[in-house]
Amino acid sequence: MAVEARTDVAARREDLADKPVKGRSLWQDAGRRFIRNKAAVFFLFLLALIVAFTIVGPYFAKFTIEKVDWTILGKVPAKGMPNIENGHFFGVDQTGRDVYIRVIQGTQISLIVGLLGSAVAVVVGTLYGAIAGYFGGRLDSAMMRFVDILYSIPYMFILILLLIIFGRSFTLLFVGIGLVSWLGMSRVVRGQTLTLKNREFVEAAIATGVKPLSIVVRHIVPNLLGIVVVYATLLIPEMILLESFISFLGLGIQEPNTSLGALISEGASTMQYGVFWQLGFPLAFFVVILFAFFFVGDGLRDALDPKDR
Amino acid sequence: MIAFILKRLAVAIPTLLVLIILSFILMKVAPGGPFSGEKAIPEAVMKNILARYSLDKPQWQQLLEYIYNIVFHFDFGPSFKYRDRSVNEIIAQGFPVTLTYGFWAFILATLVGITMGIVAAIRHNSWIDYLAVGITIGAQVVPNFVLAPILVLVFTLWLRWLPGGGWNDGQWNYVILPVIALAATYLASIARITRSSMLEVLHSNFIRTARAKGVPGWQVIVRHALKPALLPVVSYLGPVFVGMITGSVVVDLYFSTGGIGQWFVNSALGRDYATILGITILLGALTITANLVVDILYAWIDPKIRY
Repeated sequence: MAVEARTDVAARREDLADKPVKGRSLWQDAGRRFIRNKAAVFFLFLLALIVAFTIVGPYFAKFTIEKVDWTILGKVPAKGMPNIENGHFFGVDQTGRDVYIRVIQGTQISLIVGLLGSAVAVVVGTLYGAIAGYFGGRLDSAMMRFVDILYSIPYMFILILLLIIFGRSFTLLFVGIGLVSWLGMSRVVRGQTLTLKNREFVEAAIATGVKPLSIVVRHIVPNLLGIVVVYATLLIPEMILLESFISFLGLGIQEPNTSLGALISEGASTMQYGVFWQLGFPLAFFVVILFAFFFVGDGLRDALDPKDR
Repeated sequence: MIAFILKRLAVAIPTLLVLIILSFILMKVAPGGPFSGEKAIPEAVMKNILARYSLDKPQWQQLLEYIYNIVFHFDFGPSFKYRDRSVNEIIAQGFPVTLTYGFWAFILATLVGITMGIVAAIRHNSWIDYLAVGITIGAQVVPNFVLAPILVLVFTLWLRWLPGGGWNDGQWNYVILPVIALAATYLASIARITRSSMLEVLHSNFIRTARAKGVPGWQVIVRHALKPALLPVVSYLGPVFVGMITGSVVVDLYFSTGGIGQWFVNSALGRDYATILGITILLGALTITANLVVDILYAWIDPKIRY
């Protein structure tokens, strides 16, 4: 017995020696918490489905975004409803164009706008906030004062002004959205940096002679990732809303190209003629996408927020 | 306190100047002036027109005069499009309308939002709470330009209760739909913020103490929990105010209420630069003032806050 037990222990010891104990990283922990959040996982899955749909969907379309179906034009409320046989899966809009392919393009554009605005916020906002927070002092107050000033300018009107003066264009829309999206991020990041910069690992880096900028990029920024990811996810729906608002005013994407905001505004104006599908489909996609990003962002916050641990 | 207000003013005034200069430069670099029509205008006439709008002077002088007129005479100059009107007259026509429905929307959003949030927090995890959370999430993903047509569809086309557009000098039934469309999103946000901060406060020690010493339930809420719970709401009032102003564009376009938003978009599409500039600066000034007031209010309620 005793001998057996000893060999057992010895074997276990060998086992342990072979396989070092695996620590769970912060991200693995967060991943586990995220998966436990049913709503977040469900909406993440739904988002993946929508993205897949926008990629695969066009192969099934029988029309292009600007093709007018003359056989239906003029009889849209009666004959333009969603129909699998004639290829208008989501019906036809008031001017005889296929809603299915237009919704796909609108979804693509809205997603791209959201991701791009969020990407600008991640890159510019994180660096800006981290530098301001880490270096502190005069630089910090000057940089944050600048953000304060930009923040209190009613950017929506400036953006509209820009779009009118320089003409509507995709690039300008992106630039405009990118210009405003990083402000909030820089504030959040700065606040977090202030608490990070007095931690031991930063002290160690300073002691070993790492240059200040490398400390920001290599030691501060990676530790900010959690909060940045959460904030960026929650920023995506905001950017989508912003773009759709501008498209609603008729200043966003130009015809024949379209975005969900433009489609919804068209659909809303033709609703009274009884072509509900023209509003219904883009609106459904819009609402589901926004819902999904909110829930995923919420799930990520619960998973990554150190306060709730 | 006075030092704090002065410090905030020191930021607000340069911001306003930056806004004016920025908008002015944007207007000047815009390709195609307001009078570059297809018809060739005789030189003498053109000279007179330019003099009328003081466009014949050097750019910097125009800018200085523009700022001077705004600051000392509150005069935004003549409109480029409506030749017989000044920008001031346009603002005077549209602004009261915006102010009226903006005011009611603000009241609706704050009162109902706060009440909903408090009730949801007190009855945490009950059906009331779930209903409130459901409404909140729903209203947040449906932007006002989607809500507006849905409201018109239901209340005007189906139920035939309320008119779907127009202003009619602010008669009550014309005001309801614009106010709801404008308030919904902010009502939802305020309810959400109130609920979560109320929940946090209700779990704190001083509330437990109050309960333990036998303060009646409603008195705990009103006298102890309410003030700290409303702090985050106060800081959100600035964005709400800004939202009411930007939202007015949607409301005006959709309900044809004739407010400032409608003038903004119309003059924007008609390239009436003087009017766009005037409205942008006015609304910008309002936004900045609103943020200033909220900041001061916040510092006054919560003495711990000093930026």
